[in-house]
Amino acid sequence: MAGLKGSPATATAPSAGSTVMTNVEAVRATLHDALARDERVLIMGEDVGARGNVFLITKGFLEEFGPERVIDTPLAEASIVGVAIGMAMEGLRPIAEIQFADFIYPAFNQIVGEAAKTRYRSNGDYTCPLVIRTPYGGGVRGALSHSVSIEALFYHVPGLTILAPSTPADVKGLLNAAIECPDPVLFLEHKKTYRSVKGEVPDGYYTIPIGKADVKKAGSQVTVVSYGFNAHQALDAANRLEADGVSIEVIDLRSIRPMDKTTILDSVRKTRKLLIIHEDNKFGGIGAEISAMVAEEALFDLDAPIRRLCGPDVPAMGYALPLEEEFMISTEQMLTAMRELAAF
Amino acid sequence: MAKTSIERESALERAGLSDGQLVEMLRNMLLQRQLDNRGFQLNRQGKIPFALGSEGHEAVQAGAAMTFVRGRDVLVPYYRDLGLALGVGMSPFEILSSLFARRTDRSGGRQFPNHYTNHDLGVASISSIIAGHCTHAVGIAAAFRYRREAGRAVICSTGEGATSQGEWHESVNYAAVHELPIVFLIENNQWAISTPQSMQMKVAHVADKAAGYGIPSAICDGFDPIATYAAMSVAMDRARSGGGPTLVEADCYRYLSHSTDDDDRTYRSRDDIEEQRKRDPVPRFEQRLIEAGIIDAAQSRSLRADVLRETNEATDAAEAQPYPSVESLYTNVVAGDYRPWQD
Repeated sequence: MAGLKGSPATATAPSAGSTVMTNVEAVRATLHDALARDERVLIMGEDVGARGNVFLITKGFLEEFGPERVIDTPLAEASIVGVAIGMAMEGLRPIAEIQFADFIYPAFNQIVGEAAKTRYRSNGDYTCPLVIRTPYGGGVRGALSHSVSIEALFYHVPGLTILAPSTPADVKGLLNAAIECPDPVLFLEHKKTYRSVKGEVPDGYYTIPIGKADVKKAGSQVTVVSYGFNAHQALDAANRLEADGVSIEVIDLRSIRPMDKTTILDSVRKTRKLLIIHEDNKFGGIGAEISAMVAEEALFDLDAPIRRLCGPDVPAMGYALPLEEEFMISTEQMLTAMRELAAF
Repeated sequence: MAKTSIERESALERAGLSDGQLVEMLRNMLLQRQLDNRGFQLNRQGKIPFALGSEGHEAVQAGAAMTFVRGRDVLVPYYRDLGLALGVGMSPFEILSSLFARRTDRSGGRQFPNHYTNHDLGVASISSIIAGHCTHAVGIAAAFRYRREAGRAVICSTGEGATSQGEWHESVNYAAVHELPIVFLIENNQWAISTPQSMQMKVAHVADKAAGYGIPSAICDGFDPIATYAAMSVAMDRARSGGGPTLVEADCYRYLSHSTDDDDRTYRSRDDIEEQRKRDPVPRFEQRLIEAGIIDAAQSRSLRADVLRETNEATDAAEAQPYPSVESLYTNVVAGDYRPWQD
């Protein structure tokens, strides 16, 4: 798949020059530089040391930075997050890894009950500058427990920041922003984009502001809001429709909580039509909140009902290829939805 | 006959504690008892919605607090640790500000009573979710280790019920694997609200669980502050000198209901409580100090009058404070302005 051009337009002072990387390489390079730059930064999780993480993201880190900074934890997600919270309360900048997003449930209490409330319940006496990274999403034959999307389970929670960048440039800028963030950040990396997405990444240190969406393609007839792997498919579909004279604007959210109201509303008021696409299931998903916001703020600017194209409301995608394909949203489905909405 | 210091020594096993420290422990215990009663009184008067008591835990907490070095160690307590909070430096005014949920409360009137926070003193903020804080205590100890801050240690306290939680297990295991400077203090009062110890665990003692983690443990008489101090001292010294974690079980009893909203008559007998009352650590320790000649009866009366006066003054001062502003509800969600939708 042709990679999206990550837009560092809003980045803080990227230096001249860039390097082409995949998403997984961008995660790795950013983590490496964070370890090299700041002694408060530690990486902890299952198999992040000698194995170098199951996607080889931290390969070589143990040798370079030592076992005190690249910590193979016991196989227990609640304490991976909980111990990292304690480190963060004590002034370190831990980056905790949950090996697959599907395994985050044992840590739910620590994320929702503890990390998200540390600053609030102590009225700022204690803070929790913690990054929790985790690979999510399907289309990689991961079956029920290596494929899920978890963002809707957490985006309801005040105190949490949730990021889901889709391009290497955005991965770098937002992961740096997450590490700088004085509050807990859940950083979601779509597995299917790890090696399939390549793009230019500006050299040098930069951050991308949290809470800013990115217009990946300008258009006039339909606004498409998406994120993660779906954002790439949506852009692909929009580019194909351009030849047919259908003009689609594609917004990549990048930040799920907080979310960028201005970019969405500006676009919707221009195109007057909204299509929201996400792999996570529809009921109570991110699209529901966006729909409600647009209905509250811009209902009379719309020329068509808001449309959502989402994963089905079943517990998960199956291991069998047809079951996985049926669950995942295809580019063809996106093309159809875009055409229908443009013609409405 | 005048007592010599040698005779006094033999009359009281004091674990190296000075007269001043022994009196400080007694004062802490008397203050705990007074503040505990005050919380329940204020609740029955309709002045506060809720209170929790640590009555029966006074000796454990006075003894353990004496091993805490201010400005160096960190306490990650649970919700029944009034005496530990006082012992590490929190004031009755802070405690009463929390009970009244006033603006002067460190959490700004947000937290439930007994959920203290005081970063300056090294008292970590906790939630009410049992044993969730144990993982944080381990993380703090890991930060000490990482920064090579030798001589610093963490006290992580819980009741015995907390040891059923997965996060307690994960915490002890992590600390053991990484040999972190932490002491897990279990205040075993035999009851987790209405559930007795026998319904929490198959083993006779919480300390038996330490073997499963490969760490040392100790059981001490939690009705005796000196015994608790002695056990905790060994454990804290071990932690500070790189010897890793210890599990210390202090056997005590919860004399009151779980909270002002609980009625323990529904699940335990009065006889049981009366039997345990015979071991009440507060009058017992007071009597020991008098018999050993550390204090006399007049000094004892003076101490009691002193803590009552202090409690009364703190009550009046805290009650006179305003509630937090309603605007404060919206602050400190995250750094800066909080908006889930960004303009």
